[in-house]
Amino acid sequence: MTLNIITYIFIGIGCFFNLMAAIGLHRFPDVYTRLHAGTKCTTFGSIFLIVAVVIQSVSVWGAEGLSSPQSILTLHAFIALVAILLTNPTSAHAIGRAAHRSGVKPAQAVVDDLEKEKP
Amino acid sequence: MWLPAVIFLAVCMLIVLVRLFLGPTHPDRLVGLDTLNSLIVVSMVILGAAFKEVIYIDVAIVYALLSFVTTLFIAKYIEKGKF
Repeated sequence: MTLNIITYIFIGIGCFFNLMAAIGLHRFPDVYTRLHAGTKCTTFGSIFLIVAVVIQSVSVWGAEGLSSPQSILTLHAFIALVAILLTNPTSAHAIGRAAHRSGVKPAQAVVDDLEKEKP
Repeated sequence: MWLPAVIFLAVCMLIVLVRLFLGPTHPDRLVGLDTLNSLIVVSMVILGAAFKEVIYIDVAIVYALLSFVTTLFIAKYIEKGKF
């Protein structure tokens, strides 16, 4: 019962942050701020949603005994979380570097220190 | 418990798709694609928990790694103009 309530709260937090990411992609003015919304909020929401899946399947695993098929589901959901945590910030860094080197300027920027260091 | 969350994520995916089609520059579209990929991976994990199928979560892991490689290659293409 308590685990169900915790699962609902985690699903609520995860869905809220994913909606914030989707709205932020439309509200922000240029690539770099959109990257801020679209990557960080999605990573945070994904952590909470997958942890909700892990909590629920661990509770089923505990109820069914040690050799339940839920054990595989729990471990693989955890591996999916690790894959998201490793790949999402790296691809955001690659997108930001590629956007700056292809000549996209930040909106309303006054100082661009990275421009002086270009080889 | 799980299916309303998946429907909610599908609505978020539709909102992100609008940015993917509208985006003024190419990096904007790439940001939309990256966000869409993360949402799809989370939806696959939740669907695997909803139907109690482990194979959906395995597909989600492979999709996450392949979309990472795809994003890196498109970013390199935007950066240089050629591979």
